[in-house]
Amino acid sequence: MPSICLYLQTHQPLRLRNYTIFDIGENQDYFDEQRNYDYLSRIVKKSYLPTNKMLLELVKKHNGKFKLALGLSGVLLEQLENDFPEVISDFQKLVKTGCCEILAETYYHSLAYLYSPEEFKKQVNLHKQKIKKLFNYEPKVFRNTELMLSNEMAAMVEKMGFQAILGEGADYILQWRSPNFVYGIKGADKIKLLLRNYKLSDDISFRFSCRDWAEWPLTADKFAAWVRAIDGSGEIVNLFMDYETFGEHQWQETGIFEFLKKLPQEILNYPQNNFKTPQEVVKLYKPKAQLDFPNIVTWADTERDLSAWLGNKMQVSALKNLYSLEEKIKKQNNKKIIEQWRCLQTSDHFYYMCVKWFSDGDVHKYFSPYDSPYDGFINFMNVFQDLKMRLENSPKV
Amino acid sequence: MRQPTVLMFGWEFPPFNAGGLGVACYGLAKALAQQGVKIIFVLPKKLPCSADFCRIIFADNNERIIKNLYSAYSTFHSEKNKSLSKGWGLLEEVKLYAKIAREIAKKENFDIIHAHDWLSFPAGLAAKEVSGKPLIAHIHATEFDRTGGLNVNSDVFAIEKQGFEMADKVAAVSNFTKEKVEANYGIDKNKIAVIHNAVDHIRDSSGNSSYKWQGGKAKLVLFLGRLTLQKGPDYFLLTAKKVADKNPDVYFAMAGSGDMQRQLINQAIDLGISDKVIFTGFLRGDDLNKIYQMADLYVMPSVSEPFGITALEAAGRGTPILISKQSGVSEVIKNCLRVDFWDINQMANKILAVLQYPVLKNTLRENSQQEVAKINWDNSAKICFNLYQELLH
Repeated sequence: MPSICLYLQTHQPLRLRNYTIFDIGENQDYFDEQRNYDYLSRIVKKSYLPTNKMLLELVKKHNGKFKLALGLSGVLLEQLENDFPEVISDFQKLVKTGCCEILAETYYHSLAYLYSPEEFKKQVNLHKQKIKKLFNYEPKVFRNTELMLSNEMAAMVEKMGFQAILGEGADYILQWRSPNFVYGIKGADKIKLLLRNYKLSDDISFRFSCRDWAEWPLTADKFAAWVRAIDGSGEIVNLFMDYETFGEHQWQETGIFEFLKKLPQEILNYPQNNFKTPQEVVKLYKPKAQLDFPNIVTWADTERDLSAWLGNKMQVSALKNLYSLEEKIKKQNNKKIIEQWRCLQTSDHFYYMCVKWFSDGDVHKYFSPYDSPYDGFINFMNVFQDLKMRLENSPKV
Repeated sequence: MRQPTVLMFGWEFPPFNAGGLGVACYGLAKALAQQGVKIIFVLPKKLPCSADFCRIIFADNNERIIKNLYSAYSTFHSEKNKSLSKGWGLLEEVKLYAKIAREIAKKENFDIIHAHDWLSFPAGLAAKEVSGKPLIAHIHATEFDRTGGLNVNSDVFAIEKQGFEMADKVAAVSNFTKEKVEANYGIDKNKIAVIHNAVDHIRDSSGNSSYKWQGGKAKLVLFLGRLTLQKGPDYFLLTAKKVADKNPDVYFAMAGSGDMQRQLINQAIDLGISDKVIFTGFLRGDDLNKIYQMADLYVMPSVSEPFGITALEAAGRGTPILISKQSGVSEVIKNCLRVDFWDINQMANKILAVLQYPVLKNTLRENSQQEVAKINWDNSAKICFNLYQELLH
């Protein structure tokens, strides 16, 4: 003890094309194929290919002692299947080793849980089918978009048959408790919680290249010593972060790959320490207590809430408008229109409308294809108006 | 340390200003005075304007040499029809101003000379020549901005270039302008400091604070600026046509005067939107407050805007703003919409969105108003003050 539970989340949205009011009624192509291809191809080269290669080597080198979990969004898998099948085959190789667990999530990396339980379950199912088809694998552990978690959500996810759910080890929930144990959650009897150790996770994903940080440069042996220091006061260390940390958020030049390459050995140098996947963790360890998540908690920003997606009225209004179409959309027997509606649900579209980035650092700006959050709203609403008009104009089913 | 005395040369001063130059000079001088700088502000012609924070000297106080002061914004192109017989009157005035400045500099005691725009550069240079004191050439708009790069007047260009070269430091109102001074005049970037313009919140909050547009459900989109090439009023009208085609319930106010007025009226008629476009003439004081408050959106489509104080004035009064990317003000405000001045499709797209979605309009309004509240002349005056200290040591 403790066991390291490493989980990496991959996702790339389908960004919208520049869509003005003059396109409404004229153009039903909402997504910018070229731009999405360009973004993806950069990330494939900088992150997915080199990281997968290294993960595979590490699994082989350590004879199954290095393990991890992956979150693979459906929208990303679809794009990879079309343009970069070699990345899919790398993921398949990883899963085949038995050292890589895949987590369940919403296919469209959406906020559907907040608006429509029915749509939420549908998207989790779509994702399940996709994972079955590509990897012949059935996920048993769930994580919602941006690590969203609440009591009610956990209860719903438990009923959907999942053993465990991932969440943020937020201080205001844990209070004096440590994130380094398995927990239960109020309102659900069986489902177990794995909570992110945000300090150690962020040391890698955010602070790794920060030269103002007292611990810079972070080395694998230093990190392993920090993990070891938890011995006796914790059972698991949940390191949850974006997959793109490796090579994209932290560029190759920062030494992030060197760090990853050495980390398993450094951790395994201490015989008490090991790597476990989420499913193994919940089999091994019993919940220490039942925690209360009365409101949605996420892994985002300093607030650990939904304010990056629902923090202003533009975001609230855009989401409400989009989900108001659900009934009409589902009455249509039109696969294309349903898919487009679902691709518009991807949380990134609403993230781009976040105004608070001006005070919250430039994390948001870095990820936005728009000049401003206002442009993000205008573009999205134009597309929405076109979709709505198509529904109104189409013959009733 | 002793506070410096500054001999400042300007051309216009509120309320007798035709544009942003006078507003900027007033705002900066006032904030400098509050930091203890003594300012002697020189204007070319006697006008009944006063300010309690500085001493104003009128160059023609005793001898009424300058009879009919030209606007600070005239270009040779826009004025040529008025003064065919005598050459270009403005240039003559600028030379006269310099002549009198020399006499003023001999009489007054000061540590630094600070000259605003080419109109007062020769005055600043003359004062430097007789006093040996350091000179700051403060550029608010270059000849390239005023003319859009067409018909650049070689005399004006030469005066600007000489001012930049002979000055000890150049101050530019934005990075946008700094780059122009580097590129078009070959001035070393290390010689140029950026002093962003700001807004005077106390001055702006005077007057009626809640004026409503009486147009019922109809929306009002505002252009406010000189009706001249630099400000892009023709792009505004082309955009207005596109907006009107999609939403017939919109009016367009064009507040300001200028050499393109006749052309713009004809353009509105040709576009078939003359019933939607309201030409208000030049507005000031409470009328200015009212028009900002009546408008649903302020549009600044400038072809080349060194700064653009009006955008901050509008945002400060709670009017959302759509500004040209070719502007200095876009360096200091984030909560706004931005477009390339030539992209009338995007301009119309964004205007229509603000008119259609109250959440967009309100979010823009609230956030831009908060942001503008933090922008003030004190910060700019501090940068200017440091520049003075640098020159004196």
